[in-house]
Amino acid sequence: MNNSLLNPQRPPVFCPGCTHDRIVHEVDLAIQKLNLNADQVVLVSDIGCSGLFDTFFKTHAFHGLHGRALTYAAGLKMARPDLTVIVTMGDGGIGIGGAHFLAACRRNLDLTLLILNNFNFGMTGGQFSVTTPPESQVGSGFLNRLERPLDICETGRSAGAAYLGRYSGFQKDLAEKLAEAIRYPGFSVIDIWGICPGRYTKKNKLSIKTIETTLEKLDLFDGPVKENMRKEYFTHYRELAGQLPPPLPPLHLEAAFEPLPGDRHDLILMGDAGQRILTAGEILCLAGMTAGMRVSQKNEYNITVLRGPSISEIILAKEQIGYTGIETPSVLIAVGREGIGRRKSLFARIPPHGLIITGSDLELPPVQCKVLKLDFQKFKISPQDRALAAIGALAKSRRVIHMEMLQQALELRFGSNAPSSLELISRVSVENP
Amino acid sequence: MGFYLMDGNEAIARGAFAAGCRFFAGYPITPASTIFDTLFKLIPAAGGICIQGEDEIASIGYCLGASMAGMKTMTATSGPGISLYSEQISFAVGSEIPIVIVDVQRLGPSTGSATRGADGDIQFLRWGNSGGLPVIVLAPVDVRDCFVLTMQAFNLAERFRCPVFIASNKEIALTRESVHSRDMTPIRVENRVEPDADMIHLPFGVTGDNSTPGFLPIGGHATVRQTSSTHGPDGYITTDPQVIHQFQKRLCNKLISAITDYTFYDFYASDRKNPLVIVYGITARAALDSLRTIPEEKRPFSLLILKTLWPVPEALIREKGESAEKIIVVEMNMGQYVKEIERVLSRRDIRFLGQMNGNLITPEQILEVVSNE
Repeated sequence: MNNSLLNPQRPPVFCPGCTHDRIVHEVDLAIQKLNLNADQVVLVSDIGCSGLFDTFFKTHAFHGLHGRALTYAAGLKMARPDLTVIVTMGDGGIGIGGAHFLAACRRNLDLTLLILNNFNFGMTGGQFSVTTPPESQVGSGFLNRLERPLDICETGRSAGAAYLGRYSGFQKDLAEKLAEAIRYPGFSVIDIWGICPGRYTKKNKLSIKTIETTLEKLDLFDGPVKENMRKEYFTHYRELAGQLPPPLPPLHLEAAFEPLPGDRHDLILMGDAGQRILTAGEILCLAGMTAGMRVSQKNEYNITVLRGPSISEIILAKEQIGYTGIETPSVLIAVGREGIGRRKSLFARIPPHGLIITGSDLELPPVQCKVLKLDFQKFKISPQDRALAAIGALAKSRRVIHMEMLQQALELRFGSNAPSSLELISRVSVENP
Repeated sequence: MGFYLMDGNEAIARGAFAAGCRFFAGYPITPASTIFDTLFKLIPAAGGICIQGEDEIASIGYCLGASMAGMKTMTATSGPGISLYSEQISFAVGSEIPIVIVDVQRLGPSTGSATRGADGDIQFLRWGNSGGLPVIVLAPVDVRDCFVLTMQAFNLAERFRCPVFIASNKEIALTRESVHSRDMTPIRVENRVEPDADMIHLPFGVTGDNSTPGFLPIGGHATVRQTSSTHGPDGYITTDPQVIHQFQKRLCNKLISAITDYTFYDFYASDRKNPLVIVYGITARAALDSLRTIPEEKRPFSLLILKTLWPVPEALIREKGESAEKIIVVEMNMGQYVKEIERVLSRRDIRFLGQMNGNLITPEQILEVVSNE
């Protein structure tokens, strides 16, 4: 055993007769068969007796929280695809980490998962796990009689595991089977059945022989699962990431115009979700920035995407903006009922020199300022373009922004698609609204 | 020199990328998801990894694995996700794994309101780990801070081998503003330091005045041990009370003894008979609005804006607070950090203005409290 990766200072400390002890040596033999050095291997161990595995080896070791071993392993493997990453978990870890097991099967990252399945929680008092048979006597009273045990390999197969093996921990060729699984370039899951003498077999009959006869009655899992064989996750990830366009830098603006009169403009856009209120608000901000204005855009909307109100509070100012809320707007663009309903109380607060731009088909609460009512139907403006059209009307009225500012903003934001927005705005008349 | 139009989440993502973050994992949640959106455009194209985990616990787990392989990693979520991160945070604290964790706070408790802001997680971020050891929490005020403090967060995570939180808020994260391009200039980037040659087999060993162990990645030539169990310098489990005590003390000291090196704040002085207003995060902007246009001698209050919340910058708070006759703490919650101010200054007469209803605290509300003092 000259090339053994076992740590001579830390021999295994399992209960006498525990299958884990044998599996430690079989894992060591498997790694030797693959001619791997200690620094090429990471053992990621879970919690419980399988969580002791990493301490017996001289390899890299990562021991974390219960059920989460597959998550650390995935992070390590993606960061260092050249490493051989072996995960040890118990049947307890498969229960608490069920979501990670399913995700790992679906993902097919090149990891090897060894499940040391001894049908109970050995370390904490022999409670039942997801693999405990209903007829067993366990530390959880009758509770295991109420639940159906999980077949790890069947679960793995339906979740997409590309390589599955189900073996007895006493099998003579276990090391060879483990080496094959580690060698497989994808996610391989090995369900190893064993005996827990400290807890389980104190109350339950389970022997090498009964494990073997039970396994013989079940479907054989012994290698690649044909219907699940596919590209390894990270190879595929790299392939698709390599096809991505290089990222664009953020939009960068320099002032090109003199701003219109006024040190500060407080505008509120309100409408229904789906009316592109937030995009119109962004255009308004960009337009202000073309004249060197500082801007802020604070949005309010419900979590539902195409229902409910959508409101955008926009400040354009010559000075740095602090507080981003608006108490008394100078301009209000109201293009949908939901938004108007949400901020009903706002309308009376708009000062007499303020301006409201709205649709001729919308009812507003009483106001004391000028209202520009646009007949969107006459201008053939669809509901989702109303906010943009209203901003066009604002620019055409030379309030807050003018058309050159708006045109530049649209070109910055929409690039080659800007002409269709400009055409839409050209249909809106503020003289014959 | 021109301007960008950007929200806080995009600035955090760009700050992370500029700091060298090439591994991000997160689970979708409003109002944090757009951090992923930006990083998914930046990181894979640069050869890094950006993934969506099957849940929050997995997402931070991926990051911890990748961090131990030497990568700079970040995850982002909101209050409900921080709850799920909790034990992984404890792991990162106790096992000294560098990671940046963004909490884009939303109105709680629990599921609460996904699209409404609050600063309700400020004590939770500090105490949401088992064992109760200190963590670093930085709180941005605006888009510029989101960029710079995220870069600082990575530097601190690397320097101290620890989790560093960004305590953002929906009202910063999803509010767009113009930001000067010079304010988005990257700061100096720090990287974790390798141990001395004689320490390579002691992954948690320190020498001399160092409180932070050198870092070797899993996968390097020297094999590395990482464990969530109580461990000695060699990374093996220990039950020796002396060794454990030294370890706990070191984890406290490494952050607290260096706090003056990373006490980030802004201070606006006024006559010392005026109240001192202490704020952080988005609420700082309402307070600032009341000061910005007023000459210093006419300011109605002094203003301390804290950007390092944890560990508590006690020296700074004492320096600014001890001479103040009146102190007002304003927070977008029902009273959290005010308790730290009371503790540090040993004062019970501190006035508190708080609100957690989805609305921002206004400049008028702050001025009203100031004028009542």
